[in-house]
Amino acid sequence: MSDMNIFVHHLTRVEGHGNIAVNVTDGRIEKCEWQVPEAPRFFEAMVRGRHYTEVARVTSRICGICAIGHTLASVKATEAALGMRVTPQTKRLRRLLKHAENFDSHVLHVLFLAAPDLVGAPSVFPLVGTHPEVVKAALRLKRFGHEWGATLAGRTTHPTRVVPGGFAALPTEAEIAELAKRIKREVLPDLRAVAEVVVSLAGRFPAFERPTEYMALSCREEYGLYDGIVQTVTPDGVKQRYALEDYRSCTNEYVVPQSTAKYTRNRLSSYMAGALARFNNNYARLHPEAKKLAATLGMRPLTFNPYLNTAAQLIEIVHSVHEGLRLMNEALTRGIRDEAPVKPTRFGEGVSAVEVPRGILFHHYAYDRDGTCQGGDCIIPTNQNHGNIQGDFEKLVPELLGARRSEKELEHALEMLVRAYDPCISCSTHYLTVSFVK
Amino acid sequence: MSPAKKKARIAFFDFTCCEGCQVELTNVGEPTFLGLLEHVEVVEFREVMSEKTRDPIDIALVEGSFTRESDRARLEEIRRRAKIVIAYGACAATAGVNALKNDQTDYAKFVYGADAERPHLASQAAQPISAAIPVDYELHGCPMNRDELVYVLSHLLHGKDPVIPNYPVCVECKMRETVCRYHLGDYCMGMVARAGCGAPCPADGIPCEACRGFVDHPNLEALAKVLVEQGGLSAARAAAVPQMFTAYQRSKAR
Repeated sequence: MSDMNIFVHHLTRVEGHGNIAVNVTDGRIEKCEWQVPEAPRFFEAMVRGRHYTEVARVTSRICGICAIGHTLASVKATEAALGMRVTPQTKRLRRLLKHAENFDSHVLHVLFLAAPDLVGAPSVFPLVGTHPEVVKAALRLKRFGHEWGATLAGRTTHPTRVVPGGFAALPTEAEIAELAKRIKREVLPDLRAVAEVVVSLAGRFPAFERPTEYMALSCREEYGLYDGIVQTVTPDGVKQRYALEDYRSCTNEYVVPQSTAKYTRNRLSSYMAGALARFNNNYARLHPEAKKLAATLGMRPLTFNPYLNTAAQLIEIVHSVHEGLRLMNEALTRGIRDEAPVKPTRFGEGVSAVEVPRGILFHHYAYDRDGTCQGGDCIIPTNQNHGNIQGDFEKLVPELLGARRSEKELEHALEMLVRAYDPCISCSTHYLTVSFVK
Repeated sequence: MSPAKKKARIAFFDFTCCEGCQVELTNVGEPTFLGLLEHVEVVEFREVMSEKTRDPIDIALVEGSFTRESDRARLEEIRRRAKIVIAYGACAATAGVNALKNDQTDYAKFVYGADAERPHLASQAAQPISAAIPVDYELHGCPMNRDELVYVLSHLLHGKDPVIPNYPVCVECKMRETVCRYHLGDYCMGMVARAGCGAPCPADGIPCEACRGFVDHPNLEALAKVLVEQGGLSAARAAAVPQMFTAYQRSKAR
């Protein structure tokens, strides 16, 4: 068997920097690595000395795509630390905002970053000429996702209005009514059209399975996005739940030499976070329309093909549109009341978790009696997926070599696999041992 | 660049940042996005395309801070290939929020613990792109203002020099009739912060944190005084607050 030397430096169409390195000599795999060389940024140290009102605005800057999720995780952890109980209206609007982010980010990933692989194009730009109507619909959906988020958060890249205790400014009822109207008039038809295209290409998702552990938030009231406790499901279908405060004992971060980001594990050697992990944990709470799409795609829990994370994202887009519409109508029925953010009642430590598009995200802060941050810990979903990507590599490469695939095919399969996880590497670089000053 | 029929070749590059400014590009909407593509050819943009080029570039847009000596060669290569280099977003233009660590000496140990000395985790003070290579234009803001990016590109395509504001955010608050944060019992840094954003933050109920950096020659002594006397902050907070996005501009640490 011939030798192979794959080195993909700074993989394209992902957020942040990752490398793929595979060396095969005489049919023997000498190296098979997913590497993360992203420059470390030290956010946990940078929040020290910031006032509690500023912390979310610093940690939002961890990620430009999931800035809403980081902001929500941050204000929730701060609220837990400072004993702030938000109002039902705040919770409803934040849930609606969380759906906006999931919708927005998934549209970007499924239609702009992953879809070109399904039609054999190197990027979305050639598709402007070949599939103009689909690209236009995708751009309209992306723009709507942004406007939906901006109506609630002020803007989507680093929200202005989301603050500890509630909202610094609120949307008007007219603005929410307009969003609901546009969902019915524009978004649902556009979504139906692009979903049909993706469904028609679903046969091009590579067939590959590696059963693993799946971690997601679990919540009785919803499909675990804004709230809940930690749940994992193993390939045997056994579910286990963990309190938020025990997040370190189910993430178990550890250091590897090929990465500036830490890896995680729980009951198995690695676990997966993200849309497919949520689908596998919380399928029962999906909106009926989302379940219908899942059936069309032939997906039900447990699905073990990581390439289908992209398909699970499409299912979640449908879920978020319908759930979003329901929450908008609920907000309109109840009316938007002018409420000032609630104030701190104590000081101390607090932990939170939210599901961002790429999976479960933990924030943890400690504050002194002046409300000054003493330190933070953020465990980001992409970090939690690095170990699982490595595990997939180790199963996939021998399988493809056994099937006598060419170096080019192997490289493409590995690139597509990493992209399926929708990694957000620029925010994944962070390390362990945070010592809180008591 | 002549306003000839040939499309301008533009490329996007990223260094230490959150890549949120790239995301802002995708939010310009269908007519602007497709309209722009009638005048420019995107030849390299790692986050959204696999195509790459070795040919010269008309406009290189660089996002993110310069935080590792090992990134210098990549930046020099971009400079060599590009006629115009634009540092876009706060991280690239002023080192932005990344520079918050510059005033700390123990950040690596705090975050990495016993692993802090491992070579692949090496990091230096966060600096703007201009610390490594000459930059032709700086587009400020965290995130950058996408309308401003379209404005700057449009000017460059027409062979005109874009004007980057050098007046304070207070001007823009007055223009949109936002009630002053100080009148509402809050603090704000709009009086020394560089405008051009349209002042969204005070209008959304939060103080301006000078994410676009300061105007030239800001009166920082007066700022500290106002933050304490009008904003009600402690002296310690008045010293900490302005660091959020302007630590590089203020710090002697390079």
